[in-house]
Amino acid sequence: MAVEAKSLSTPLHGMDAEEAELREQLMFDPRPREELNRMVMESMVHTTPRYWAVVAFLAVVVLVCLFGAWGYMIATGIGLAGVRKPVYWGVFIVTFVFWIGISHAGTFVSAILRVFKAEFRRPFTRAAELMTTFGLAAGALYPLIHLGRVWVFYWMIPYPNARWLWPNFRSPLVWDFLAITTYLLSSTIYLYLPLIPDLAMARDRTQGWRHAIYKTLALGWRGTEAEWARLRKAITIFAFAIIPVMFSVHTIVSWDFAVSQTAVWNSTIFGPYFIVGAILSGVSAVVTILVILRATLKNMDYFIRMEHLDALGKLLLVFSMAWAYFFFNDYLVSWYGGYEAVRRVLFFHSSGPDSWIWWSMIIFNVLIPWLTLWNRRIRRTPWAMLIITLLINVGMYFERYTIVPMTLAHQRFPFDWGNYVPRIEIIISIGTLALFILLYMLASRLIPMVPVWEVREGQEAHMIRQIGKAKVPTVSELE
Amino acid sequence: MAEEKQTGRWGMVIDLDVCTGCNACVTACAMENNIPWVGEEDAGYGRGMHWIRVQRYWEGEYPEVSPHYQPVMCQQCGRAPCEPVCPVFATVHSEEQQINLQVYNRCIGTRYCANNCPYIARSFNWFDYSQQIPTPMNYYLNPNVTVRRRGVMEKCTFCVQRIYEGQERAKAEGRVVQDGEIVPACAQACPTDAIIFGDLSDPESRVSKAARNQRRYTLLEELGTEPKVTYLKGEGTYGG
Repeated sequence: MAVEAKSLSTPLHGMDAEEAELREQLMFDPRPREELNRMVMESMVHTTPRYWAVVAFLAVVVLVCLFGAWGYMIATGIGLAGVRKPVYWGVFIVTFVFWIGISHAGTFVSAILRVFKAEFRRPFTRAAELMTTFGLAAGALYPLIHLGRVWVFYWMIPYPNARWLWPNFRSPLVWDFLAITTYLLSSTIYLYLPLIPDLAMARDRTQGWRHAIYKTLALGWRGTEAEWARLRKAITIFAFAIIPVMFSVHTIVSWDFAVSQTAVWNSTIFGPYFIVGAILSGVSAVVTILVILRATLKNMDYFIRMEHLDALGKLLLVFSMAWAYFFFNDYLVSWYGGYEAVRRVLFFHSSGPDSWIWWSMIIFNVLIPWLTLWNRRIRRTPWAMLIITLLINVGMYFERYTIVPMTLAHQRFPFDWGNYVPRIEIIISIGTLALFILLYMLASRLIPMVPVWEVREGQEAHMIRQIGKAKVPTVSELE
Repeated sequence: MAEEKQTGRWGMVIDLDVCTGCNACVTACAMENNIPWVGEEDAGYGRGMHWIRVQRYWEGEYPEVSPHYQPVMCQQCGRAPCEPVCPVFATVHSEEQQINLQVYNRCIGTRYCANNCPYIARSFNWFDYSQQIPTPMNYYLNPNVTVRRRGVMEKCTFCVQRIYEGQERAKAEGRVVQDGEIVPACAQACPTDAIIFGDLSDPESRVSKAARNQRRYTLLEELGTEPKVTYLKGEGTYGG
């Protein structure tokens, strides 16, 4: 309901052990509305010298490694990258797929968990949605970076021109272009909609330039019942509409590979396999970010609790299993097909000079999550979750590395087999990683990282009732 | 046009039983088509830009080894995997010559076509190699062939400039193109006459007869790319 409503569930006197355990959950540990607002505002304006030092460092890294190196490459030639015959796509495409995968986090955590009314999502939907937007911003650079002639990139855009030349709509790269643009636009709107009440909250509590920004962005939000009803409807429509968009994006990215006739790429299961991998890496990245936010952003330890890491840890375990299932399915059918070229590529993956990448992928994506995430205590240990989720993302990066250059390296003619060593790709990839972190750090001080009204709404709906001697947690239906 | 209709399907036959692996075709192709030298370092790294290469395979155990040579260039597929994947129509089918052509002006360098080419026949201009030719050497460039700039893909054209020249000459003289009149650089340079070029739509042409030979096979036939290049080999199929 609206932020104005009064909370009915206040801490009672003389909590027993059972109740104390329930109160560890954010939804059963409500605080007054004004205090929540103050906490979020504080987290936004609170900066330390260390924060500015990191921001400055990242800005330098972005300038040098991304724009500097990229500019140098545009001026000199794409040959600065390590790609060569027959590996025409390398780390640029790997990192592209990686970032597009990361961008699935926001939609999955926010939209799907919203649609299914998973209550634990409330405090971190925004953190996840921001990852979508910034992940796409970082990823969408790569189709440009890897072009041989980036200055004519707009030839991929369908626009009316004097020569009546249109892009080739049969090409998966054009599908990619359209899918990513659609996803970037819709996910940005989806980030913005639930942000409006929080921006209004920030508008009412700031002066100066911040006030001016929030005033513009809040679109004159007053918090009337009609506004809430409209916002709720818009969010519901977008939450449902963005889910198929999310599924389509990584499916289309997988079609870049699957519709070609390159051995091992030509696999019908690539669509769902990529989706599951994207969600695995995206949700892992959400956990990574939550652990870091909790440690570095003021007042976040109230909003982000062990229960959230616990719930996301379970999700990760499920998606690790799903990934393993799809990987096995893809591998088995390819291998069983008995086509000589396919078998040689698969052999190269697991026994070639770069086989450590393939084995690390299996260890990081399957072995480590399966051995750790079943354990409640590990799921509730922030540093352990940080390491596990970082390793999962390294594993997912290796998965894409296996799929792109390591598959191209051993195609049908043994005479043209050739391995691949990245060169300037590494520097530019570090540059986009820094860009992502930098954008995230700046955003964490500019927009409320916690959707206050969603937390409030949840806390109002949740209550501990006394039925006889038992304390029963209850959730009231909101809509 | 009646004359043009007759010269429909250009094709090639390569007789591996007479190929000696001398690489004359590679050299001739480089001279004819303005293929740049990429320099020692880049060539060593695997960025040599030859439109035709002689694949060499060894058979048997040392010391009883015998080499097999197989010149491979763009197979001018009837159903080319490179064509549908290009986002900007830079790799297109020529309706008139029935071959696959690269439009350098249109190419933006996604390199998707090269990934999707099962014959690995495409070369990419990683740097502005053509700009690095020292001054008097630029006179060796063939004026009939575009000098490519960096960031674009290129590949064998069946010496389309020679096809055009032959067709124009025949048209000017009011006759049809004779069999053997149009010869690409690789076929012209081949000392053993292993490369035969001609019109496949004419059943009596030398190339059509050779393509019906019992020793015939095409590369990676199972992919259904319908290559215009046929290989002849006495025993076995794959490998030269």
